[in-house]
Amino acid sequence: MLRVANLLFAGVVCLAVAMIFVVVNRSGQRDDSRITHDALAEHDVVAKVAPIDSQADGTGQEFQPGSDAPRVSTTSATQHPIIIRKPSGPPRIELAGTDPQGRIGSVACSTCHHVRKPNLENKSPATLDEFHQGMTFNHGSIACYACHNPADSDALRLADGTKVAYENVMTLCSQCHGKQAESFAHGAHGGMNGHWDLTRGPQMKNNCIDCHDPHAPSYPKMIVGFKPKDRFNGPLSDDHHHEGAESHDDH
Amino acid sequence: MTTTEPTTNPSLPVLENFSRRAAVKAGFATLGAGAFAAAISPLRQAAKNTSAAEFMQTHYTELSPEQKADVLARLETETKEKYNAEVTIADDRPIPGTKFVYAINLSVCNGNGKCVEACHKENNHDRDTNQSYIRVIEMPKGTMDMEQGSTTYSGAVPKDDKFYLPVQCQQCDEPPCVDVCPVKATWKEEDGIVVVDYNWCIGCRYCEAACPYHARRFNWKKPEVPAKELNPDQSYLSNRIRPVGVVEKCTYCLHRTRRGKLPACLEACPTGARVFGNILDPNSNIRWILEHKRVYILKEELGTKPAFFYYFD
Repeated sequence: MLRVANLLFAGVVCLAVAMIFVVVNRSGQRDDSRITHDALAEHDVVAKVAPIDSQADGTGQEFQPGSDAPRVSTTSATQHPIIIRKPSGPPRIELAGTDPQGRIGSVACSTCHHVRKPNLENKSPATLDEFHQGMTFNHGSIACYACHNPADSDALRLADGTKVAYENVMTLCSQCHGKQAESFAHGAHGGMNGHWDLTRGPQMKNNCIDCHDPHAPSYPKMIVGFKPKDRFNGPLSDDHHHEGAESHDDH
Repeated sequence: MTTTEPTTNPSLPVLENFSRRAAVKAGFATLGAGAFAAAISPLRQAAKNTSAAEFMQTHYTELSPEQKADVLARLETETKEKYNAEVTIADDRPIPGTKFVYAINLSVCNGNGKCVEACHKENNHDRDTNQSYIRVIEMPKGTMDMEQGSTTYSGAVPKDDKFYLPVQCQQCDEPPCVDVCPVKATWKEEDGIVVVDYNWCIGCRYCEAACPYHARRFNWKKPEVPAKELNPDQSYLSNRIRPVGVVEKCTYCLHRTRRGKLPACLEACPTGARVFGNILDPNSNIRWILEHKRVYILKEELGTKPAFFYYFD
C-alpha cells in the first residue's frame, strides 16, 4: 500500500511539475505570438518584399502584380489618368415616325434649326409654337440661347459668345457654377470610380450632366431601398404603424 | 486508509488517521488533478466543429510567412466546403506612407442608402439580416445630436426638414474598442485602419460596447450568403466570411484600398458625397477638403480622434 501511495505521489508531483512547465512555456509562447501578431505590420514593412512575395506565391493571389515591390520602384514613373466622362456629342432627336422602309431615325439639331430663325428671348417651352413643348425646364430664369448656340445649333456657347462643343459641356456649366467646378476639380463634388492611388490605376469621374439634367438640374429625390434589419429596431412594419399613429394624433 | 477502527478522540476523525505524508500526497494529488483538468479544458471545445488546424490557429498562433500562407489556403478551402464558392483570401498589408481618411459631404448626401447596400454586398454580410457596416441616420436640421436621429426612415429622400448622416467606423486614432479588447484581437494598423483578427476574437463584445459610433457588429449566427453572390475577392482582415460569434467592423474596404482602389461605399454613392484618400499626400482630395471646407467630427468631445470627417459646402 505504501509503495502504491509513494508511486502515486511521485506521479502526481511529476504531473504537477509538467503542468507548471507547460503553463510557463505556453504563456511565453503566447506572448511571443502576440508580439509577432501585433508587430506583424512592422515585420512586413521592414522585410517588405520577401514575406509578401513568398506568401503570394504560396496562395497564388491575383494581386501579386500590384504588390509592393513594383509599386515602390515606379511610384512617380507611371501616373494613371483621371478620366472624366464626356457626352458622346451633340444630342440627336429621335423621329416619332418611321421612314418608308420602316426604319426609325434620328436627326441632328441643325436639321431644323439651320433654317429657323432663333428667338433669343425665349425662356420656356410653353411659348414655343412647335417642338420641345413637353420639356420640363427649371434652371433659373435663363434663356435657351444662354447656353445653346444660335449660330451653330450642334454646339453650345459661352457667355462671351465662344463656341463650345457638347463634349465640353463642363466648361459651360463652370461659368456660373464655379464653386462646384472647383470642388469637382478637387474630388469634393461628383461621383467617381476606380482608384484613389493613381500610381496603381486610373480614376473615372462623372461630368455635370451625368447627374444633373441641364434643363432641370436639381438632383431628383430617391426612394430608399435597402435597409439593415437591426434587432433593437424591431420589424419595420411596427415602425410604419407607429408613424401612422403619430400623424393621427397630430390631426 | 487501512486503519479504520473507531477512536474516542473527538477531533477530525478522518484526518487523524492519515500521516502527514499521506495528507501532503492527497493535497498534491488534488492540486495536480485540478491543474490537469484546467490545462486540458480548451480541448473540450476543440472537438466541436473545428478542424485541428483552426484550433491550433486560435490557441497557438504562429505567423511565419509560410504558415500564414497555409492559414490563408486553409480558409479558402473551408469557404469552398461551407459555401461552395471559389474565393481568394489575401493578406493585404498597409501601403507605406499612407494614412486613410474618409470625408462625407453632408450638404449632398440624400440618405438613399446605396452605400449601405454596397457595403452589404462587398463585405459578404449575412443576406437574411441585411447586415452592413454603415447606418445612415436621418437627422432633424439644426443639430448634430445623434440621439435625435432615426435609421429606420423610408420612402422618398431627402425630406425637406432633414439631413442625412452616414455613420460607419471612424477608424479613430484613439480607438476605445482596441483599449478594451481583453485578448488584443483588434488593433490599429499603420495606415490607420482598425482591424479585427476574426480567428483571435473571443466574441466578448466589449469593443461593441466601447464604440461610441456603434461601428461594430456581432455575428449572432453563421452568415448565409449564396455562392453566386459571394464576393470572391477577399482579405484576411477584411471581407472574408466571418465565423459565428465574433465581432466585425468596417475596414475602409482594405482589400480594395490597400490595392489602390476606392472603397465600395464610395463607388456606390450616386450623389458623390463620399471622398476617400491618403491624408499624408499634400495634393490629395482629402487634404483640400480639410483645408477649404467646414469640417465636423462626430462626438469630438470624446477625444477618439476619428479619421473620418463630415463637411458642408
